[in-house]
Amino acid sequence: MVQTLSGRPRPLSPNIQIYRPQLTSVLSIANRITGVALSVYAVALVIWLLAVAAGPDSYAVAHTFIRSWLGQILLFGGTFCFFMHFCGGIRHLAWDAGYGFSLRAIYASGWAVVAVSIALTLLTWAIEFAVAGYGR
Amino acid sequence: MNRGAMRTPLGRALGLGSARDGVEDWWRERVSAVALVPLTGWFAVSILAHAGDRYPAVISWLRSPVTTTLLVLLLIALFYHTALGLQVVIEDYVHSRAKFPALIGVRLGCIALAVAGIVATLVIAFGA
Repeated sequence: MVQTLSGRPRPLSPNIQIYRPQLTSVLSIANRITGVALSVYAVALVIWLLAVAAGPDSYAVAHTFIRSWLGQILLFGGTFCFFMHFCGGIRHLAWDAGYGFSLRAIYASGWAVVAVSIALTLLTWAIEFAVAGYGR
Repeated sequence: MNRGAMRTPLGRALGLGSARDGVEDWWRERVSAVALVPLTGWFAVSILAHAGDRYPAVISWLRSPVTTTLLVLLLIALFYHTALGLQVVIEDYVHSRAKFPALIGVRLGCIALAVAGIVATLVIAFGA
């Protein structure tokens, strides 16, 4: 415990080297990791917009890269990061509004984030492959 | 958001919480998050609907006034949120001399990327 000026002890953060990972801590750091990853995808979004603005030739280059194996793998990872951060973010907003703080609710919403993120990622790519068609 | 409106009188009296602009940054990150829920949701559905589109189809989608408006709003909220989020990550994990250059770089980089994205969107909308 750390002593403050008021004399009231303040809690310390857990020492992560000896702290057993659990759903709550894993999702906490996952929200940060996916957030940092998504900032790289935000750069890619701007590059894509610049490519469209520059004309058909540069768009074709971007299109070819996105359609390549590397592009598709990166896009799949980005889709998962997006849904993870999206769902995790909504969970955080609910907490900020004062809801869902019981241990039961925290674990229920945590597993819901995991399940919904995976489901939406797979659904998105199922639509991409089945409806939009691959390799146009 | 005026200073301290989100803080309890007890917390302020005990001298707890942020010493400077933490409360404002915390609030702005959440306001931008609320804006990003519908904006990124719209973008994800739209980009999926246009996956694999050739150039003319993409241009006609991006040129509609609704798309242009939502895309500009998305870029503003996205890079605002990104700047605040990366700032917190740097403040938490970078304790070397690289901290302040990193903070300045992230802030300037987010502004530059937001402006570049908005200009590209407007060029697509109003260009020849």
